[in-house]
Amino acid sequence: MTGSIAAVGAGLAAIGAGIGIGQIGGHAMDAIARQPEHTAKIQTVMLIAAALVEGVALFAVVVSIMSK
Amino acid sequence: MISKINTSGLLKVVLAVFLVLFSSSSSYSNKPNQHSSVSENHSVSDSLNKNASKSETVDITKVAFEHILDSHSWHFWGEGHDALVFSLPIIIYSNTKGLQTFMSSKFDHGHASYNGYNLEEEVIKSEDLNETIYDFSITKNVTQMFISMALLLWLFISIANAYKKTGITSAPNGKQSFFEPLIIFVRDDIAKENIGGNKYERFVPYLLTVFFLILINNVLGLIPISANLTGNIAFTLVLAVVTLLVTNFNASKTYWKHIFAPKPAALWLILMPIELVGVFSKPFALMIRLFANIAGGHIVVISLVGLIFIFKSIYIAPVSVAFTLFIDILECLVALLQAYIFTMLTALFIGSAMEDHGHSNEEAASNHH
Repeated sequence: MTGSIAAVGAGLAAIGAGIGIGQIGGHAMDAIARQPEHTAKIQTVMLIAAALVEGVALFAVVVSIMSK
Repeated sequence: MISKINTSGLLKVVLAVFLVLFSSSSSYSNKPNQHSSVSENHSVSDSLNKNASKSETVDITKVAFEHILDSHSWHFWGEGHDALVFSLPIIIYSNTKGLQTFMSSKFDHGHASYNGYNLEEEVIKSEDLNETIYDFSITKNVTQMFISMALLLWLFISIANAYKKTGITSAPNGKQSFFEPLIIFVRDDIAKENIGGNKYERFVPYLLTVFFLILINNVLGLIPISANLTGNIAFTLVLAVVTLLVTNFNASKTYWKHIFAPKPAALWLILMPIELVGVFSKPFALMIRLFANIAGGHIVVISLVGLIFIFKSIYIAPVSVAFTLFIDILECLVALLQAYIFTMLTALFIGSAMEDHGHSNEEAASNHH
């Protein structure tokens, strides 16, 4: 099986993004459980934060695609 | 207000601007594919026909890149003489021979040269070294964009006309019933929520255009034989540049003061470069996010199908098909989510750039409901 070190990089980026998005989702769930009346607002903020974390992970994916 | 949305003229102008910008930037989208060479022209269907020869290996990376990159002809299925390929017009401007147009079938899939030009891995090269070529061809992605533009114009002009005819008092019918909640969503939950005040109405046409352009192209891209337009970095670049311009042309005095005259004046030397980078990095992240999400999704789908050909076993097929179905359904969600995120972040950037003196206005507006 052949591959490149870029694949390892993509995997590491996935770990980072997984931790980040997991934290965001978990805490958003906590917040919604505490204050269900603010669900819509919390979800919006959650999606923005998740998009920012995901953006960093996607930079890593693009770099690993290009470096092959 | 719904009556604002009726001004589909603005929509058309913005779409026309996209078209002009995109057609000139398409020459950058033909990235050379480093993995392929013309002689080993395998693909999934090719190896399917000849799976008797077990020694043959399939380069999934190459197949995946062929699917996500732009090309000068529209390949549907099959290989060699059985292939169903639509050739597309090639428009090139050369500094010696001027403007030239011919069909891409003249190249015979990169095997033949025409008029002193060669098609090498989807890049047109001249045999004359002194000649510089600018490629304005109507490639697969541009064709796909024409199709989606026709679809968008048909949908939204007919919806706008329906509102003109019946007004906003009667219940929506037909296409209106499906699109009205989405339009209201973009107006109320994206524009009003993030831009705030009474200034948001000016940006609703742009946000609607961006939302539906991305949504329709994401969804069309999921259809197997269609082109991958939103997974093309040139396309997302144009969208991000338009967002950058809209954001900065509508920025308030506070926004520019924040960049060029930060509060602790002693930190000016450090803060100004950081703030300047921030101006460009936000749309840059928009560009990469949409491109990588859609292109990544397409690569995952083709890789899962490719598992069958990597393992060369029929028993892997049910697993592969099940996973592909799962990812495809996930991609439908991603198609909607990415359109939403792009539009919402655009609205957020515009809103924060227009903001005057702190958060007081926005807070007051959002506390009302």
